[in-house]
Amino acid sequence: MLKFPKAFPMGAATAFAVLFTLSTPVLAAEGAGKSGIERPEGGYGLGREALPEEIDAWDIDIRPDGTGLPEGRGTVAEGEVLFTDNCAMCHGDFGEGVGRWPVLAGGQDTLTNERPEKTIGSYWPFLSTVYDYVRRAMPFGNAKSLTNDNVYAITAYLLYLNDIVTDEDFELSKANFTDIHLPNEANFIDDDRYEEPHWKADAAPCMTDCKPDPVKVTMRARILDVTPDGEGDAIE
Amino acid sequence: MKKEDDMAKQDTSRPARAAGAPDPSRRSLLRGTLAAGGAVAAGLMAGRARAAAPVTSVTPDPLITEVQDWNRYLGGGVDTAPYGLPSEFEADVVRRNVAWLTADTTSSINFTPLHALDGIITPNGVCFERHHGGAAEIDPAQHRLMIHGLVDKPLVFTMADLMRFPRVNRVFFLECAANSGMEWRGSQLNGCQFTHGMIHNVMYTGVPLRLLLEEAGVKPSGKWILAEGADASGMTRSIPLEKALDDCLVAFKMNGEALRAEQGYPVRLVVPGWEGNMWVKWLRRLEVGDKPWQQREETSKYTDLLPTGKARRFTWMMDVKSVITNPSPQAPLSHGKGRTVVTGLAWSGAGTIKRVDVTLDGGRNWHAARIDGPSLDKSLHRFYYEFDWDGSELLLQSRAMDEMGYVQPTKNALRTSRGENSIYHNNGIQTWRVQADGVTENVEVS
Repeated sequence: MLKFPKAFPMGAATAFAVLFTLSTPVLAAEGAGKSGIERPEGGYGLGREALPEEIDAWDIDIRPDGTGLPEGRGTVAEGEVLFTDNCAMCHGDFGEGVGRWPVLAGGQDTLTNERPEKTIGSYWPFLSTVYDYVRRAMPFGNAKSLTNDNVYAITAYLLYLNDIVTDEDFELSKANFTDIHLPNEANFIDDDRYEEPHWKADAAPCMTDCKPDPVKVTMRARILDVTPDGEGDAIE
Repeated sequence: MKKEDDMAKQDTSRPARAAGAPDPSRRSLLRGTLAAGGAVAAGLMAGRARAAAPVTSVTPDPLITEVQDWNRYLGGGVDTAPYGLPSEFEADVVRRNVAWLTADTTSSINFTPLHALDGIITPNGVCFERHHGGAAEIDPAQHRLMIHGLVDKPLVFTMADLMRFPRVNRVFFLECAANSGMEWRGSQLNGCQFTHGMIHNVMYTGVPLRLLLEEAGVKPSGKWILAEGADASGMTRSIPLEKALDDCLVAFKMNGEALRAEQGYPVRLVVPGWEGNMWVKWLRRLEVGDKPWQQREETSKYTDLLPTGKARRFTWMMDVKSVITNPSPQAPLSHGKGRTVVTGLAWSGAGTIKRVDVTLDGGRNWHAARIDGPSLDKSLHRFYYEFDWDGSELLLQSRAMDEMGYVQPTKNALRTSRGENSIYHNNGIQTWRVQADGVTENVEVS
């Protein structure tokens, strides 16, 4: 009978460190990851130095502390026009979502419901993510076509749709951006999966007579019948 | 007969042979045979996972006593398929989409046909796809990889530059964090392709990311990297520097050939054992910073909502998991009682799999399965359990244990801890119910 170490209870703060501690002997034993490749003195001399203009062109990410925000400004009213023209066909005039495209507004106080509605206002922790994502990936199919001012205006309008600002004349800019906090910011926690009781169970699990009664089927996928391509029929 | 109708339908739905290929006589043979129906046709349909009933007749088998067309006439020449494709009898072994899951196929996912594969390596053409702005087609000559931020010297590499670094070969599984995510509320999809097919396992050839970061020189204040793709979604994820320096690769080959476009050609990030979304495809930029960037895919997505309304973030590692791939709803146990092979896959983001147990009675009694094939760090493992089936109903499950001692939990244990709305990281034990007639279904049990 093989013996296994008990599952390690990992705290939120230590989970990451423990992961690496545990991984090390494995990698060393196999030589995986640790390739044994010795870097030559002075390096490989490959590639060339990136130019400042090149870094500026690609470095468009923005952090919650405002790092990366470009100069610019835009109002709720300006954003409404831009949103209607560029975004509403998928997200709806009021961010309510068309078909299965993402809902952007509403859903406040639904996170503990049976069917939570996760929107910018109800779920997203940081406004910087909205600016960053709209600028890099929207409009869908024509990414990176909006000006920085356009993105400020659309972001302002999304705040308005989520009742985080209420004045149509509100202007969002680099100067006031980090003053705004989204309502759900405090509800994100670090990964504490390994505190769950099932991970602490004996790592030599039951092999015989593990359940007192014969096992019964409690739920069947066939009832729902949502499997595509008639796969359910093909096996009849 | 419904069965024969189905087969005929399958035949007509097959893609036509590649243009320019000679019309093989076996094609017409197949049609004729199907029209005739019967056990011969069923035998030809082996790729359909609809095996023929055992031949018990005492009359001689015409497949043996008569000369067959393929036995007499010439097959295709060496120029028939300059890039080889699977046999036409394997036409059903394809990735499949679940149309109702997403708004559009350009920001969607499809599923690896696990029920039709064996061993541990996933063929490139059936590795599941997940992309957020379509699969970009990039000329490698026009691709650039930039490293900048908290580095001594920001660098730009061409693909030709990358190919001059030392490279390594590693087999790793890539699992989407949402794999089995549709099953949180209960059994929903009938097929391991759909319940567990957001995974593949290939051998990557690439440059250790550490070498590239060392070439730029990471400053002591650097704690995180941001990886960004060149596709229309500009995919981005924050990754801790420790992981980047540990075992991540910048890979340009999978299973020996260039990455497929849908897997990030010409170059992707490999983040072993961690959720697939972090393995940024079409990799064009690596920024070193001192804090995470809180990008869309690590805040609004890929965070795990709990019943309290709190959500876990940065849940990177993919936990110990397994699934029986045969039998399964798409691959029923059609041979009747007698010798039976149960097989499946097991994996863990924490390392290797040490043991897999299989139950035939829904978890009352377990039997040690046999792991066969390479047991590699953060790679799929193949297991088998062979037994004599008495023809009665089976409630099949598999339970994996990894080298760290983690044991795959039940779905109910996960629900007790996490509720039903965390979407991601569902590594619970899967149950297949095999009826006496072999029909197999996705169920949950007491």
